[in-house]
Amino acid sequence: MANTKNIIISGVGGQGILTASEILALCAMEEGLDVKKSEVHGMSQRGGSVVSFVKFGEKVYSPLIEKGSGDVILAFEKAEALRWRGYLKKTGGVVIMNTLEIYPNTVSLGLDTYPENIREEFEKYNVKTIEVDAVKLSKEAGDPRTQNTVLLGVLSNFIDFSVDTWINVIERRVPPKTTQANLKAFELGRGVIK
Amino acid sequence: MKKAFLSGNEAAARGAWEAGVHVATAYPGTPSTEILENVSKFKEVYAEWSPNEKTAFEVALGASIAGARAMVSMKHVGLNVAADPLFSSSYTGVNGGFVIISADDPGMHSSQNEQDNRRYAKFAKIPLLEPSDSQEVHDFIKEGFEISEKFDTPVLLRLTTRVSHSKGIVKVDERKDVPLKDYKKLPEKYIILPAHAKKRHYFVEERTIKLREYANTSPLNRIEWGDRSLGIITSGISYLHAKEVFPNASFLKLGFSWPFPEKLLKEFLDGVEKAIVIEENEPFLEEEIKFLGYNVEGKKYIPLVDELSPEVVRKGVLKEELERLPDGKGVQRPPQLCPGCPHIGIFYNLWRLRATVTGDIGCYTLGALPPYRAMDTTICMGASVTNAHGFDKARGWDFTKKTVAVIGDSTFVHSGITGLADIVYNKGNSTVIILDNRITAMTGHQHHPGSGKNAKGEKTPKLDFEKLAKAIGVRKVYHVDPHKLRETRKVLREAMATEEPTVVLSERPCALLPEERKKAKERPKKVVLTDKCKGEKCMGCIKLGCPAISLRDGKAYIEPLLCVGCDLCQQVCPFDAIVEEGQNG
Repeated sequence: MANTKNIIISGVGGQGILTASEILALCAMEEGLDVKKSEVHGMSQRGGSVVSFVKFGEKVYSPLIEKGSGDVILAFEKAEALRWRGYLKKTGGVVIMNTLEIYPNTVSLGLDTYPENIREEFEKYNVKTIEVDAVKLSKEAGDPRTQNTVLLGVLSNFIDFSVDTWINVIERRVPPKTTQANLKAFELGRGVIK
Repeated sequence: MKKAFLSGNEAAARGAWEAGVHVATAYPGTPSTEILENVSKFKEVYAEWSPNEKTAFEVALGASIAGARAMVSMKHVGLNVAADPLFSSSYTGVNGGFVIISADDPGMHSSQNEQDNRRYAKFAKIPLLEPSDSQEVHDFIKEGFEISEKFDTPVLLRLTTRVSHSKGIVKVDERKDVPLKDYKKLPEKYIILPAHAKKRHYFVEERTIKLREYANTSPLNRIEWGDRSLGIITSGISYLHAKEVFPNASFLKLGFSWPFPEKLLKEFLDGVEKAIVIEENEPFLEEEIKFLGYNVEGKKYIPLVDELSPEVVRKGVLKEELERLPDGKGVQRPPQLCPGCPHIGIFYNLWRLRATVTGDIGCYTLGALPPYRAMDTTICMGASVTNAHGFDKARGWDFTKKTVAVIGDSTFVHSGITGLADIVYNKGNSTVIILDNRITAMTGHQHHPGSGKNAKGEKTPKLDFEKLAKAIGVRKVYHVDPHKLRETRKVLREAMATEEPTVVLSERPCALLPEERKKAKERPKKVVLTDKCKGEKCMGCIKLGCPAISLRDGKAYIEPLLCVGCDLCQQVCPFDAIVEEGQNG
């Protein structure tokens, strides 16, 4: 439907993508919206490319995001942003990407090349492009495993949910021992956009 | 009423629990696994991981005959394994309600084929339910138990990856306790001797007529009148993709799709100018409708191959797509064995030995990909063992001494044991490597008879692979730790060169198991001394296929976020260029 918000969360298996998309979806639910999320388990989580689609609004039908209808790509790894470019809407799309680059063995074995000039590849189509060093910010927050929360913090600037909603859901969903680090990570991420 | 955010699989577990299910069985397989994982959390339900889908099916059917509400869940190809009891159960019918869940995998995200198991419902002549989202999974499974008991039939609830693994908001309820039904000895119903089965076949045909009538009034089927110039006939996930592209069209939305509700179809066709069928993969609905004598089109617009999505529907029917940016270049990032994976040691060595490898289904199927490319066949669960035997009988000892079968512990229990008996019984000489990582790994760590625990996490007797192999008649059984690369290679050489059946037990727990992760956290990570590393000229560690290791600026680089501190890379580096972090060599 035209009034749904469509978020693409992409990265490499094992980066905490499914936790991040769960938090986003639960925030939408807490805000009283209809929400669906879709991803694939199994084979693709063994270090392969992983994507999770989250859609929310008054009424959501298909759990899949149609190419050309994505509002935001939130990429946990740089090349995994570019892979999904075709899913962004033609005007007004946003890409938020972690500066982390993970080279697959296809590159090391000379079977493929790692994409270059990824930022330019978005900017030439006037896509608002935000790069975040989530590795650095997560360490600042006190736990390198909070990269996904840093990135959600950046994303929160582009979604009309109250900060309390985010904080409530994060507190509910992360392991209790890591709550403080995750809240700090969210705040640092949110602060990336002034 | 409570609301929860559930995947289709979680909703299936919840719905079954609410419906009073007593017994639930399964063998893990993507995308079905989480159904049993979740239902096993309810204390009122007996839940088990069975050794394979056939045993799971028969346990659930036995429970149903004994009077319990029972369910069995599996991935689509699992139903091939369970097809034998499936067809018999259609004849015997049920006592307590019996629901079979088949989770199909259009798009083959984690499967070897794209078979459409709706055809099994028609083939076995049992009702077919096709929910579209989590709420419907939850509601349909409850209806499924009612239909099963009312019509004395097993019911097939067919999910697909996008129903199983998408999450949505579900209104949930409380459990309704259903007492066991009385058990009566009914040989003419439950013993399918030819004389009994003949009568039961008449029963099946009469049941189908009743179900066909019932389908017309089932609450799971509905007409949504909208713009009458286009009518869309659809079911399952396809309904949601079609609704996204044609929000204003009229819909015949089928949740109970076989036997096909003809009266409802006729009412719909009379009310629209033109009707098309939108369905994923096989033209199942389209064939039913055409067989009934109505002229509709479906596969003219919608491809037979691959998963359906809103853009495939839009492109197929409207010949257009949304305005969008061009696709970006993606780097090939296939799934890989994990850092510290025990299988790395085996496949690295099989590649070094240039062995012919008959493979099987599990994480280790990834041994087929670069850098190892150490696999020649993968057919189905258990086929590694029997394929190797076939190679042996076709080409003889000179070929067999360079051939091994590789099979995981869970897969071996599932359907490798009979193959091993075949090798011994028929005087074969194959080498079978059992990759014992103590768990069903690929599907996310489910227990099996060789892991020593059951679905509820309780301790159970652990199957002893060595004793089993010996009981079958294998005289030479070897044990190796696959992370000792040289020793493993030596054992593999010896086993392969032995002209009789041999079994190599490769024993090391999956690197993702909690205890292994804990050990990894405590170990120092490895780093590359770039001045000693010969990089591109060597490639020794790159060829291990560890995802943590890549080539950066011509030298090996170990990503600290991924490294688990095992020493495989140190074992293969000829220049001592890999050390523990904090050391400078």
